[in-house]
Order: sequence, then C-alpha cells, then structure tokens
Amino acid sequence: MGLFSFLAAATDAVIMNDYVAGPTSLAVPAEAAAHAVNPWVAFAYLVAGVCFILALRGLSHPTTSRQGNRYGMIGMTIAVVTTLVTHDIASLPEIGIAIFLGGTIGWVIARKIAMTDMPQLVAAFHSLVGLAAVLVGWAAYLNPGAFGILGEGGAISPVSRVEMGLGIAIGAITFSGSIIAFLKLAGKMSGAPIMLPGRHFINLGTLAAILGLTVYFTQDQSFWIIAVITVLAFIIGFLLIIPIGGADMPVVVSMLNSYSGWAAAAMGFTLHNTAMIITGALVGASGAILSYIMCKAMNRGFLSVIAGGFGADAGGGGGGAAQTDRPWKRGSAEDAAFMMSQAEQVIIIPGYGMAVAQAQHVLREMTDLLKEKGVTVKFAIHPVAGRMPGHMNVLLAEANVPYDEVFELEDINGEFAQTDVAFIIGANDVVNPAAKTDKSSPIYGMPVFEVDKAKQVFFIKRSMGGVGYAGVDNDVFYMDQTMMLLSDAKKMVEEINKSLAD
Amino acid sequence: MDFIAILSIFVLACFVGYYVVWSVTPALHTPLMAVTNAISSVIIVGALIAAAEAGSPAAKWLGLVGIVLASVNIFGGFAVTERMLAMYKKKERPAPKKEAN
Repeated sequence: MGLFSFLAAATDAVIMNDYVAGPTSLAVPAEAAAHAVNPWVAFAYLVAGVCFILALRGLSHPTTSRQGNRYGMIGMTIAVVTTLVTHDIASLPEIGIAIFLGGTIGWVIARKIAMTDMPQLVAAFHSLVGLAAVLVGWAAYLNPGAFGILGEGGAISPVSRVEMGLGIAIGAITFSGSIIAFLKLAGKMSGAPIMLPGRHFINLGTLAAILGLTVYFTQDQSFWIIAVITVLAFIIGFLLIIPIGGADMPVVVSMLNSYSGWAAAAMGFTLHNTAMIITGALVGASGAILSYIMCKAMNRGFLSVIAGGFGADAGGGGGGAAQTDRPWKRGSAEDAAFMMSQAEQVIIIPGYGMAVAQAQHVLREMTDLLKEKGVTVKFAIHPVAGRMPGHMNVLLAEANVPYDEVFELEDINGEFAQTDVAFIIGANDVVNPAAKTDKSSPIYGMPVFEVDKAKQVFFIKRSMGGVGYAGVDNDVFYMDQTMMLLSDAKKMVEEINKSLAD
Repeated sequence: MDFIAILSIFVLACFVGYYVVWSVTPALHTPLMAVTNAISSVIIVGALIAAAEAGSPAAKWLGLVGIVLASVNIFGGFAVTERMLAMYKKKERPAPKKEAN
C-alpha cells in the first residue's frame, strides 16, 4: 500500500539523516538558508510539485485516476523526505510520533467513513489544513531563522511579514469557516441561514482591519498584531459561513477547498517552497473552478451565494406551498414496477434525498432487475445534486453502478423525449420546469432536467407538504403523466424491487 | 529565491491548475476534492521545519501539532481517495463484488 511505503520512506529518511549528521551534514545552516538554497533541494520540491499536477491530471478519467492518486502519494513522500534530510533534526522521536499519531487517525477515519458522509469529512479535512497553516505561520514568526526569512538586523523581512500575515489570515478563515460548514453538513447545526443584522458591514470592516493590520505588521513586528489578525480571521470565517443555507453547501465546500489551497500557497511564499506554491495554486484553482461550476449549475452569482440567505425555510413557508391543493396522482410501487418493466428506457434522477435515505444500493438492485427485463437504464446527475460536487457519482459507484451508465446533465437532457419513464428519487429543484418558464422563481435560469418530456414520471417524495431547498413548488407534481410515490425512498424502492422480482 | 521568481512559479502554476482541473471529469469531483485536500497538506513541510529546528520551544510545539493535523489529512485524504476511486467500475462485470471496506 502506498501509504505504508510513505511511512517507511519517512523512516528511511530519518535513518539517512543520522548518517549524514555531523561534519558532512547536508543541513544548511538556518541563517544561510534564505540565500543559499541547495539547488537539489529546490529541484526535489519542484519534482514533488510536478507529481501533484500529475495527481490531478489522472482524475480526467476513472481508468487513470488511481495512478494519479499514487503520483500524489509519491509527491508527498518526496516533499517530506526532502525536508527531513535537509534539516538538523533536533526532535526526531517527537516528529515520528506526531506523524504516526496523525497518520493513524486519518487512516482509520478514511477506512470507516460512510460515503454519504463525504461532504462533512472533506469540510473537516479543510479545517485541518487551515489550522495547520495558522500554526506554521505562528511558528515561522517565533523562529524565523529556521525558515530563513530573516532580513537585515535580525528582523523578519517586510515581504515575508506580509506573506505571513496573509497566510495566517487565510488559514484561520479556512479553519473556522470549515468548522461551521462541517457542523451544518453533519446536521449538528441547523442548515438554515443565520442572518446577523448589518453583517455585510461587519464582514467588510473585519476584512479591512485584517488587511490594515497586515500592512502595519511590516512596520511593527509585535506579537499582538499576529494574534489580532488570527482572531479577526477566525471571526470572519465564522461570520462568512453562518448565513449560507444548506442548498448552497456545494459552493461553500468548494470555496473552502479553494481557500485551503491559497493558505498553502501563502505559506509557500513565506517559506520560499516551490512544492507548497505549486500545490497551493493547483488546489486554489481547483476549488475556484468547482465553485464556479456549482454556481453556474444553480444560475447564481458567486457573490450572492457568499451574501447568503438562500434556502431559508426548510418547511417551505414561501408562496409556492399554498398551491398543494392542485390535483395530483398517487402511484404505488406496483404501478412503478409495471410501467418500468414495460419501458424501453428508464432514466433515474437521484438527489440528496437518495443519500439521506441510503437508497443507492436498493436502487442498483432495481436497475439490475430492470436490465434483466431488457430495459435500458441510465442515471442522470445534476452538477449540484447532493451536498458536494460529484457526491451522487461516488454514492452510485459505491453501490456498484458502472460509471458508464451515469450521465451528466448536458449529455442526457436531449434524451427525455425518447424516454418512457423518468424516475426521480430524492431530487426536486433540479427537475423543476419553473427554472425555464417562471421569471419570478428563485431558481429561474438554473439548468434543469426536462423530465416533463418523458412519457411517464415517477416522483419519490416523503409527502406532498415539503418542497425543495429553494422553497418553490414544482409543476412536475401535477402533470398528467406524473405519479407521486409518497414514501421513504429506500422503502419505496424495496417495494418496487419486490414487485419486479415477482 | 527572490519574490519575482516565486511569483512566476505561482502564476504559472495557477494556469496549469486551471487547465488540469477543467479536464477532470465531473464524475470524479468528489475524489478531486479529497485528493486536493491531501496534497494541500504539503504544508506539513513548514511544520516539519518548525519542529526540527532548535531555537524556539514554542515554535517546535506548534510545528509538532501542525504535523499531527497535516498527517491526519495526508493519510486520510489519500486513503479515502483511493477507497473512492476503487469503487468506480466499468460495465461488463456480471457479478458485482462488494468492495471490502
């Protein structure tokens, strides 16, 4: 396993270092480090950076993705080993224990975590990167000589101070913001937006204070400035995320992903480390692009997501809910089983509700039963389905749905007119035709699946009362060809499977 | 290294990141976030330096805590990515075998 070899390599490095310690030490004296970086060291960090680029490149296709992940591990090993062999290690056992402790915790979590909980895991991991950046920034402040960032007269050079201030601030924002995102995603805190009065004013003021203090830090190297920057950044991270509602979480998770990258890049600037700079830029770009894709898929501006408040009422107190006295048809599991077994093509549209009900495995059984009957089954995934980018794809992969049966919005939307059954499970807003027709709708302009073109629609929903996260009524409920299957998603699919098997 | 050299690396890496990430298939966006999480923990390099160098006991302890946090992320991030990627399979596997996890 690659991770074990990483640990083994790290241990080797440690042994190696014992050999070279003494008169022939590779270690560069701290004071000289800034000016005389060993070119081999710089080269090793560059190679690590290239490995990280290859890691992301591998993800362009599932067949190359695991190779990509290996490149990531190799890059990390190179970076860690290079650091260890080029420094005088005064505290080797402690470092070994720290790596072992953290590594074990991470390894166990990664093995145990349920795939449905991936969004909160990723948020929690982001918070760790943020906090680590803060700690490294503080350590660099306390022991600048070790990092080779001393300027003239034993003070930290002004450029390094700006980089340090920004790095700590971004890290702290990532930390506290990710904690809030984690609490919201894990359901330990209400997903409803919390709106403080005058919050834009408070946020902008805090941001201005952080920037102002960073500039002042170049003149005065006092500890209190770093401390205040850290505290203010913790506060702003907290304030930024609490007004953002559950529906916008995919954007928030992506955005925090981006921040964790910028934090690493800022630290790379402080430490003059190319591996950190390249990685930080990659991760920052990655998160930014994912945020952009998510915003586009909801037809929302990035700034309006950041401003927050969307997806306010979970119960749907808005204007839409009053219309539920419109006529609608209730279907049964037998109806669904019969119609689908007669169909030529069925398209399944899963949403967050499927994840909540853990219905992905029974859903895959349903597709197996239908395929035995000669029905073509395809999955259609909206970019914002679930709580993080690609969430549905992972859940379906977990349930052994082959990835070549899973299609993106733009690839499958033209097929609904030739589709006999559209089967909607746990999704709502992503099939709402109001996004195309109703200019006053909060989701107007969002690209949606054109399920109204399918001959028959089955819509699994817990009850008629609730509406989607956007709090809008959905005309699909009331169409002639729609049958509502009101039940828990998993139970309903199990019943359908029973009927199909008979 | 002077500031401009570092800035050049950074700006070019941003462009590389931009094009590489656009080529990532949307089906793998969750593994993408997990693996970017793992690699951004290369910040462990800073924590290692802080913990390794004598000079400031406080910096050493901050570094050690940083190593623990970053290690959680590195091992956890790569392992969970590996676990996810192992689940992505093509068609024509008649007997779907449940991945041991």
